[in-house]
Amino acid sequence: MTILITGAALPDGTTTDILVADGVVSEIGSGLSAAGAQVIDAAGLTALPGLVDLHTHLREPGFEQSETVLTGTRAAAIGGFTAVFAMANTSPVSDTAGVVEQVKSLGDSYGYATVRPIGAVTVGLAGQQLSEIGAMAQSRAQVRVFSDDGKCVSDALLMRRALEYVKTFDGVIAQHSQEPRLTEGAQMNESALSGELGLAGWPAVAEEAIIARDVLLAQHVGARLHVCHVSTAGSVDVIRWAKARGIAVTAEVTPHHLLLTEQLVRGYDSRYKVNPPLRRDEDVLALREALADGTIDIVATDHAPHPVEAKECSWDEAAFGMVGLESALSVVQASVVDTGLMGFADVARVLSSAPAQIGRLGGYDAPFTAGSPANFVLYDPSVTRAFDTSLLHGKSINSPYLGRTLPGQVIATVHDGYATVLDGALVDAEEVAAAGQVRRG
Amino acid sequence: MRHLLSTQDLSRDAAIALLDVAEDMADVGTREVKKIPALRGKTVVNLFFEDSTRTRISFEAAAKRLSADVINFSAKGSSVSKGESLKDTAQTLAAIGADAVVIRHGSSGAPRVLADSGWIDAGIVNAGDGTHEHPTQALLDAFTIRRRLHGPASRGRGLDGVTITIVGDILHSRVARSNAWLLTTLGAHVHVVAPATLLPLGIDTWPVTVGYDLDAAVAAGPDVVMMLRIQSERMHAAYFPTAREYSRQWGLDDERLARLPAASLVMHPGPMNRGLEISAGAADSPQSTVLEQVSNGVSIRMAVLYLLLSGERLTPTSATTTAEAVK
Amino acid sequence: MTARIVLHQADITRALTRISHEILESNRGSNDLVLLGIPTRGVALARRIGDILDGIESGSNDGADASTVTVGALDVTMYRDDLNRNPTRAPSPTAIPIGGIDGKTVVLVDDVLYSGRTIRAALDAINDLGRPRAVRLAVLVDRGHRELPIRADFVGKNLPTSASERINVRIREIDGTDEVTIEGSVTA
Repeated sequence: MTILITGAALPDGTTTDILVADGVVSEIGSGLSAAGAQVIDAAGLTALPGLVDLHTHLREPGFEQSETVLTGTRAAAIGGFTAVFAMANTSPVSDTAGVVEQVKSLGDSYGYATVRPIGAVTVGLAGQQLSEIGAMAQSRAQVRVFSDDGKCVSDALLMRRALEYVKTFDGVIAQHSQEPRLTEGAQMNESALSGELGLAGWPAVAEEAIIARDVLLAQHVGARLHVCHVSTAGSVDVIRWAKARGIAVTAEVTPHHLLLTEQLVRGYDSRYKVNPPLRRDEDVLALREALADGTIDIVATDHAPHPVEAKECSWDEAAFGMVGLESALSVVQASVVDTGLMGFADVARVLSSAPAQIGRLGGYDAPFTAGSPANFVLYDPSVTRAFDTSLLHGKSINSPYLGRTLPGQVIATVHDGYATVLDGALVDAEEVAAAGQVRRG
Repeated sequence: MRHLLSTQDLSRDAAIALLDVAEDMADVGTREVKKIPALRGKTVVNLFFEDSTRTRISFEAAAKRLSADVINFSAKGSSVSKGESLKDTAQTLAAIGADAVVIRHGSSGAPRVLADSGWIDAGIVNAGDGTHEHPTQALLDAFTIRRRLHGPASRGRGLDGVTITIVGDILHSRVARSNAWLLTTLGAHVHVVAPATLLPLGIDTWPVTVGYDLDAAVAAGPDVVMMLRIQSERMHAAYFPTAREYSRQWGLDDERLARLPAASLVMHPGPMNRGLEISAGAADSPQSTVLEQVSNGVSIRMAVLYLLLSGERLTPTSATTTAEAVK
Repeated sequence: MTARIVLHQADITRALTRISHEILESNRGSNDLVLLGIPTRGVALARRIGDILDGIESGSNDGADASTVTVGALDVTMYRDDLNRNPTRAPSPTAIPIGGIDGKTVVLVDDVLYSGRTIRAALDAINDLGRPRAVRLAVLVDRGHRELPIRADFVGKNLPTSASERINVRIREIDGTDEVTIEGSVTA
């Protein structure tokens, strides 16, 4: 398959044509032509490297009523993602080579995105015993990121051992920082608002205290640490301090924590119920600045699909989580690009090269050079759209942006040299699967 | 008034109007025929997800005195599964033709979710949601105070200048929240007393003064002391060390009762833990309004149901709870 | 819109005095009479009639038989038949005099008798309060157009009107002045 993209604006500002053949960029320059190529006119569009989500819940195996590898990677593609790291809180838990290989091969067979399974740190996410990290690292899934996300590895000794053990396999522990004893039954950020609304509070210190402990442990054993979904200004301060001391910590922030605050909880609408919870204005501003200055390395969606009945109930009974793959790039544009804090070159870093680096995913370090794997997204930042359920392509609709206006639209996504999204719409599943099959030989 | 979900949204005028209607409703209770036909043909459903015989029969008596039909639905202990219960129950009640739903639920915000959901068109009355609000309790407390202070001349009056001290587990108390908003709206000065563990973060943003010392609060001679029920389960979550220490520090015992001005009212929303937060002597003293609070509860709830259900049904434009008094 | 005064202050006073005498005559004295005014203006009118009755009785009997006329108020809001058709109405106080109404002659007092539905509601309200020996009706103005078989026993003035006209009753205690006016509707 040959694709010719004409007139695309690269993140560095230059406009160029891109010729893709056999899965790689074969030529970059102006005035390119190729016989028999599928032509994509990218005039007015920004070309970004294919987005990489280091934190997604694909829910398969076990929770297919919420999402499957197929529907989740379709949602990823429409969001401009060409690679997703799938979290381990499936059923059975992804704590063995068998399960992670199954998830990877499902992703490969559908072909919409490269699926890199994340392995659980502990067996069954129970926080007692390390899972077979080596087996998962050496499996066909080549797992490098390990996380009990959903739960915190709260036992200090176990966290130390995990940090040390993954060094053996060039792995990284991605910690969901939440001290369980301080957050029993917690429903929303602990604040004056939670006191007023009568909802149990999730204090910021429960996140910050774990991050503080973990960066010191990482320093002590000389290991890499990745902090999932940072949500407070205090956490930013701790991470900044740790990086200043040369500790090998990386951090991620979700799009919703860059845009939404706890005030949305006032109407008890459980679409806004998420873990970690939505926080205050001061936290949102601190997170934006931290993303801009590099204290926070990447944006990761924490895409968390839930069926309708898990949200159509009282707040206490509702599940935690929001879907985010389809809206990520738009929300990032609204929160940090349109506010002047970052440009698209920065977006390319925080949504593509940096997460790929942390997850040890090759092929994303030099995206627009000849010979590199062809993973791009063509994005139109100038449109404004009302965000409704027609823009959601996963299985679930628990998005906090329904009814909001968001900027930008993904027009085309190219994964591994073939299109998964064209003219703003998903390419047909059979076609994508066939193209993927060709690429794998 | 479309719904009554909280006292935070009640304006002073609306609150006083509601209390005045309750005066008329109280008169009905003194007649031989304790019934008026105002809500004849209307159906009121008591939807209680949490046990509460007292509040439920109070609403039931109120509805029946207005000649409404009453259906009691107790979801506690039934086999409805978590998460589906509220929606499915609401749609069933809508199909039955409920005009008003009085809901008590263990989750804060459940009445608001019900009111905004579109699953049912009925007027919603919050009979207590989690630790959030219990508006009819606050209204009957305000009514009780007003009647004790002004007697037959209560109509049209607020509670301006009245000093009220609320003591107990403020953090987990929906009665405290509803009273804090309503009593200050009516012009009273509210002072809360509790150990720091039982005060919510951000209470400094509430329109109340805060203290840890009950003896100091008693020495200030408040017009009303309102004791809140303490749950001994809180001991196990380390909110306070023992029931004995709690009672010693924050209990209204006979000795503190004696130091209160003779005209001060002693109130308690019930049910009481005699000997823990309130002594038997205090509970049974002439200053105690505990029994009147119960009978005033029926009058208040009659007023609420009347204002919710009589009159043409307004088309829902928003789930506000402002009561407009129409003369 | 032109408003025509049909009863001046003096007319109203004379009407109330005549009504008071008629009540006494029909009741053969003032024994066991309970006047219940219907809010809002009926209450003030009932009080005035009560005062006049006191004046007549104490004058004529040299104080030997003190008047036993009692005056109260009967709010009928809860008994209206149109509660669901209009915005919510706040009720007014009902005050039944000590001694109640059982076995008494209740005289309902209202300012205007029109469709008769208010009086129907008042009869239902009385039914729940006790069992009077008899119920009579005194009104300042009867403007016709009855929708129910109700009639007044004592009438201040009969004012035939068309349905498009408005009767306004103002009384000193509430409106600062005593007068009854008719307003014609705006002609197209």
